[in-house]
Amino acid sequence: MKIGVFVCHCGSNIEATVDTASVAGTARAFPDVAYATDVMYSCSEPGQDGIIQAVREKGLDGVVVASCSPRMHETTFRRAVERAGLNRYMLEMANIREHVSWIGKDREANTNKAAELVRLAVEKLRRNRALFPKSFDITRRVLVIGGGVAGIQAALDCADGGLDVVLVEKTSSIGGKMAKLDKTFPTVDCSSCILGPKMVDVAQHERIALHAYAEVEEIGGYVGNFEVKIRKKATFVDWSLCTGCGLCMEKCPSRKSHDAFNEGVGLTTAINIPFPQAIPKKALIDARFCRQFLKGKCGVCAKVCPSGAIRYEMEDEVITEKVGAIVTATGFDLFDHTKYGEYGGGRYPDVITSLQYERLLSASGPTGGHVKRPSDGREPRTVVFVQCVGSRDTSVDRPYCSGFCCMYTAKQAILTKDHIPESQSYVFYMDIRAPGKLYDEFTRRAMEEYGARYVRGRVAMIYPKGDRLLVRGADTLMGEQVEIEADLVVLAVGAEAAAGSPALAEKLRISYDKYGFFMESHPKLRPVETNTAGVYLAGACQGPKDIPSSVGQGSAAASKVLGLFSRQKLESDPQISQVNQRRCVGCGKCALTCPFGAVKMIDVRGEPKAEVIETVCQGCGICAVTCPQGAVQLEHFTDNQILAEVNALCQS
Amino acid sequence: MSQALTYAYYPGCSGLGTSREYDQSTRAVCDALGIGLADIPDWSCCGSSPAHTVDHVLSAALAARNLAKVEAMGRDTAVTPCPSCLTNLRTASHRMADNAFRERTNALLDTPCRNTVTAKSVLQILAEDVGLDALARKVVKPLAGLRVAAYYGCIMNRPPEVMRFDDHENPMAMDGILAALGADVRPFPLKVECCGASYGVARRDIVARLSGRLLAAAEDVGAEMVATACPLCQMNLDLRQGQINSAGGTSHHMPVLYFTQLMGLALGVPEERLGLDKVCVSPRGALRAAAERAAAETAKGSKA
Repeated sequence: MKIGVFVCHCGSNIEATVDTASVAGTARAFPDVAYATDVMYSCSEPGQDGIIQAVREKGLDGVVVASCSPRMHETTFRRAVERAGLNRYMLEMANIREHVSWIGKDREANTNKAAELVRLAVEKLRRNRALFPKSFDITRRVLVIGGGVAGIQAALDCADGGLDVVLVEKTSSIGGKMAKLDKTFPTVDCSSCILGPKMVDVAQHERIALHAYAEVEEIGGYVGNFEVKIRKKATFVDWSLCTGCGLCMEKCPSRKSHDAFNEGVGLTTAINIPFPQAIPKKALIDARFCRQFLKGKCGVCAKVCPSGAIRYEMEDEVITEKVGAIVTATGFDLFDHTKYGEYGGGRYPDVITSLQYERLLSASGPTGGHVKRPSDGREPRTVVFVQCVGSRDTSVDRPYCSGFCCMYTAKQAILTKDHIPESQSYVFYMDIRAPGKLYDEFTRRAMEEYGARYVRGRVAMIYPKGDRLLVRGADTLMGEQVEIEADLVVLAVGAEAAAGSPALAEKLRISYDKYGFFMESHPKLRPVETNTAGVYLAGACQGPKDIPSSVGQGSAAASKVLGLFSRQKLESDPQISQVNQRRCVGCGKCALTCPFGAVKMIDVRGEPKAEVIETVCQGCGICAVTCPQGAVQLEHFTDNQILAEVNALCQS
Repeated sequence: MSQALTYAYYPGCSGLGTSREYDQSTRAVCDALGIGLADIPDWSCCGSSPAHTVDHVLSAALAARNLAKVEAMGRDTAVTPCPSCLTNLRTASHRMADNAFRERTNALLDTPCRNTVTAKSVLQILAEDVGLDALARKVVKPLAGLRVAAYYGCIMNRPPEVMRFDDHENPMAMDGILAALGADVRPFPLKVECCGASYGVARRDIVARLSGRLLAAAEDVGAEMVATACPLCQMNLDLRQGQINSAGGTSHHMPVLYFTQLMGLALGVPEERLGLDKVCVSPRGALRAAAERAAAETAKGSKA
């Protein structure tokens, strides 16, 4: 075997603390090394050409590049050796930048360490073999989980791009949080007016199959060929017959049902269509409140329904869909403010959440857009907004900033003035975070044009005083205590991961952080990909996001899916596990430890054996270290290759 | 309570002086409930007031001397009525969890403290170890009709990571006990607010303002009596009520009793063992009004 070694200067990044020429010189003495040199910038065009030329002229079989982290340029150099006519896996990188030159100043020690790393790479390369990806067919359909604005955008973009889309929404209508908002910042345009048409587009798009009031139950398969079980929860109304006329709602005698769409402000009927613009506009029965279910008799809706759509005996139905890619857009939930005992812990009716306030402001809300206090229906004169409730507070384990609360609070202060001109708003804030196009100008407008008084400091306590609320806090700019008698207090509750996110992540086999938000593949460069191939993220399920960012991510995820499906067939990464079935004793430990479900147990002439599903395996290597027999080997990282590296290090 | 509860008991300095009725009523109530209180022999200052503002090790040593004596008694729980003592004993334990700190503390002591004792308030053992159901069964004279606000003071539950008892913003232990005794416990929003504490000496105006606010809030929720668990709170609200009234132009007449005194009444403890005559604003009127209200309620109930 003839190996070429290229030691990169990376300008002065490496050369400043590593004698690259000396490393190249040392490398010439390593076994099988036929050529070694130092290069100014190996990733540059002349650098790559130099590698290609050397392969051709010296007849090299493999190449070691000693430069930066393979995370940076492995793909670059693999392409280069491929252009030189070698298999792309006949490349090894020695990371002498992040692991050497950037972390140590002792030139001599650095040079020695760099040489040792090159030696490892050479020993590994001597045991490399050519690997070839396999190709397989793909199902050109996409599953979008979550029908909020991010999911809607992803579904529409995919469908417009010619893909069949399966959209699954947990509640009975798409629209998500945005449908509950009155207005949007910083333009103060009507939320349902801009979202509504998109929702209608979803309903009318021939390529989108919408499953509302449904949840993903199980996900099997792999990129290109997922099989998804979807539980369509019982609505007790045959939606193929329901016309959304709303007669059942008018007649339903059970009028004290929890109104989830209105965030518990006001009540609704047991059979209901959540809001006038709902998509699909279909009724469903909340069995927790329906007299037919609670008392066994009523049947009013069945009697009045002109199309005979009521089905009290309906049961959940599980359907299976085959898709090639999945976009997760499950959004967020609001922080539970009752954890703040000092803000009343939910005991005071006139201390409400920001989303409840949106419903009070909304013309389609329970008060018809008239701001009324929940306790006595009186119109408030003094409204206090408290920022960062469940954001930037380690005492409730929410150290992160939710990002959008500063903006929606400014919007709500403006709308309060619009609704009640003689009102006065106060906003207690920590810092105003308004980094977006026209955002800071917007918060200034709330202060300067709408006269909202911003008080920089935390609220220490809210308690009732007569029929008003006393809000006590600090004004840290003035260095004094502030007490405000308020009629209504609005808590700017932060975002947290949607309930059930970790469970869904485990079904999708993607990672999530300690707060339950899904992890992207790279925080900067791969923001909508996950580390499971074929699964993408959009919107606030990845972290708190406002509407523009969520829409942007919806489109980004769609473009990733379209890109994936633009290929005729998919190639599988050959760096995966292989089972030597002669050594396999069928203990099944590998199948148990595989986080991706890529190992299945098969029967070979009456004996259990492990087999790796090549398209599912992600090449993590857990099975290889689990196998007590050494029967599982991870291609390109076999025991022999790794031991050769260890030996090179320990014996040199 | 199949098994007799016995605790090492730390009365604290105020229990021997300004809050003798708290100590007396605590002992009487525990007696009535079959709880043994074994006085810590030769106990000394808990390290409150000046020491902890000057030197944490010195303050912890004062507390640790007492904790070591509890260890010598072979007990693992020390009980005190006073929240200030409790804070110091618990803070010392908390700090001594750090071995280096404990060594520095023990260097000041003749008998080293192993830090094996948990200090608890009388309120905590009554609420947690006796329990509300057991307590309700022992009531012989319910506090029916008594409109009372439970006031915990600012340090009984805070900081939560040290005190580890009840909700630190909305504690309910005393509310629960008083309700179990039959009282009409009002939702008192300022139950953990500051009374002004030792500023009663240096800045009477501050105490007049803060304690005045507490009395006004208690009246606001319809309370006719305040139950406290802290000698300093009791003193500020009760002894200084006249000062509060003259400073604020108010006319509060709010009896302020220790919750243990009210417990004693409900459990049928003879009044002379509860020190009801030790408080400044007499509770007689409020107790009489409650009894009348309860009687009227019963009459109405029997008529219906």
